[in-house]
Amino acid sequence: MASSSEPSALPTLLVFRVRELRFLAALRERYRVLDFFTSGSPLAAFLAAAAGGADPPRALVTVGGDSVRVDAALLDAVPSLRFVHSTGAGLDHIDLGECARRGVGVASSGTVYSTDVADHAVGLLVDVLRRVSAADRFVRRGLWPLHGDYPLGSKLGGKRVGIIGLGNIGTLIAKRLAAFGCVICYSSRKPKESVSYWYFPSVHDLASESDVLVVACALTRETRHIVNKDVLAALGKDGVVVNIGRGPNIDEAELVAALKEGRIAGASLDVFDKEPKVPAELFSMDNVVLTHHVAVFTTESRSDLRDVTISNLEAFFAGRPLLNPVLHS
Amino acid sequence: MESLGVLLLHPLDTYLEQELDRRCRLLRLWEVPHDRRGEFLRAHASSIRAVVIGGGSGFGGNPALIDDLPRLEIIACYAVGYDCVDLTRCRERGVRVTNTPDVLTDDVADLAVGLAIAALRRIPHADSYVRAGLWKANDGHYGLTTRFSGKRVGIIGLGRIGLSIAKRVEGFGCPVCYYQRTRQDAYPNYIYLPTVLQLAANSDVLVVACSLNEQSRGIVSREVIEALGPTGVLVNVGRGAHVDEPELVAALADGRLGGAGLDVFQAEPDVPQALMALDNVVLAPHMGSGTHETRMAMADLVLANLEAHALNMPLLTPVV
Repeated sequence: MASSSEPSALPTLLVFRVRELRFLAALRERYRVLDFFTSGSPLAAFLAAAAGGADPPRALVTVGGDSVRVDAALLDAVPSLRFVHSTGAGLDHIDLGECARRGVGVASSGTVYSTDVADHAVGLLVDVLRRVSAADRFVRRGLWPLHGDYPLGSKLGGKRVGIIGLGNIGTLIAKRLAAFGCVICYSSRKPKESVSYWYFPSVHDLASESDVLVVACALTRETRHIVNKDVLAALGKDGVVVNIGRGPNIDEAELVAALKEGRIAGASLDVFDKEPKVPAELFSMDNVVLTHHVAVFTTESRSDLRDVTISNLEAFFAGRPLLNPVLHS
Repeated sequence: MESLGVLLLHPLDTYLEQELDRRCRLLRLWEVPHDRRGEFLRAHASSIRAVVIGGGSGFGGNPALIDDLPRLEIIACYAVGYDCVDLTRCRERGVRVTNTPDVLTDDVADLAVGLAIAALRRIPHADSYVRAGLWKANDGHYGLTTRFSGKRVGIIGLGRIGLSIAKRVEGFGCPVCYYQRTRQDAYPNYIYLPTVLQLAANSDVLVVACSLNEQSRGIVSREVIEALGPTGVLVNVGRGAHVDEPELVAALADGRLGGAGLDVFQAEPDVPQALMALDNVVLAPHMGSGTHETRMAMADLVLANLEAHALNMPLLTPVV
């Protein structure tokens, strides 16, 4: 590994929160990696050192989530930055407006996650309707011989599934659930010409006509608490919510209250308002399924992610068009 | 059919029991202490013309029970699988047998796919992890699972349930292969393999969806399990007896088999203790048809068959 005093032919790359060794190794093969989380420095000092170095970084890789926010302050601190690649599934940690103003290109990891998230959403839905996880606990506790058959679940076929957000992920979920005999409807900013599913401009109306609500939209100012008390009431006491979007897409306190009071029938959640905190009231409920934000974590998507990140970085440094542009530089 | 004497061996379903009670002359065997059952059956032998049994509970380990019922005319199975019924004996005696096909096909297929995803993506394991407070404690370090979409799915038995499973997994881009006694030319998208061993060797997920009979008993042998291998997953929505259970447990424990999603077991409701300790397996208490909608449809079909029999009309879903 080159010491900081030797000149490096490799372009400098700022890296925020890439923990996987294989990924870091792949990046180090091609770039002079400045990794914030192993630097030990506070952010301001780290950015100042990077900006003041011999070859200030033109590109940055960030994972999102609780990682560093790419905002005006960061872009001011490192004016050499011309390209940001996000490895996360969401973009809510990047101030796209600021990047656009400065002509900083942004690429996402495109659709590498969509399949796994869609599969997880279907798994979560079958689980909550057919009680897979709850029944697994029942068997493991030795209750089958004592209590006899497990309480009945609910059939998937014929269920009306309302998908909030029919992007890449929502579309894949729809295709999968259609094969189970579910009836698909959706809500999104605009109707999609290419699909024949029933469109609802209002999420409230979608919920009124659905047995299941699936949150599959990005988190933006507009979609914060898109599932609120009113929507939950419209969904009704036999309705079920599946969230593979972001915790703040749902008013979590209202959801917990609705579950406690039996105003909805169940929920299947991969994301929460303040991860890793999960409302303790949910732990004793057998009509909820809880997973710890794992919808994207398969070996296949990690491998796809390495490939797409490197492809976008190579394109940027070679002056070629980005593969998965959100904003062009 | 108010005069039809019906013996119900196990509770099965509240709605079914209530309707049998309302429309027939119902006798409940499970309420009789074990040591008094012989006496009970002798006392009622002249009036019992029908028996209703479930798929998992069957004859409760006493298949010869029908020999104690000289007036028996019909056995109505509240299940699609009738492996616990001695069909030869029934034919000899002229006893009719019915089951509940079709109405439960979708539910069983849904659960099979749900178990496959649950096993590959470790959903129940993750759920337990969160409930135990480990997410907060460990702040995110957790292993990777493997993608379900695109996995090669091998189906033993391309009958109604097998076909329903195939249709669902196609939505995930899973290529489908199958084994059964005869090739099904009507489905060119699904690849026929001539032996279960070859099927297992060419599958990532192997699903048991065939009926239980002499040929299929123990069809998932040690060899088949090893061919499926350390990254393979077995899903069983057939019968426990389709699988060599001790070999399955050993292979799961020592990693020769990657994982399993099991709805049925050899000695239900007893599940091997060793299975309960493993986290690469998802365990379900024989609930393939376990939805309110389907159990009611199954009950209605049992009742309709009994009524048809009582009225000397053609049975709706006869096996014999």
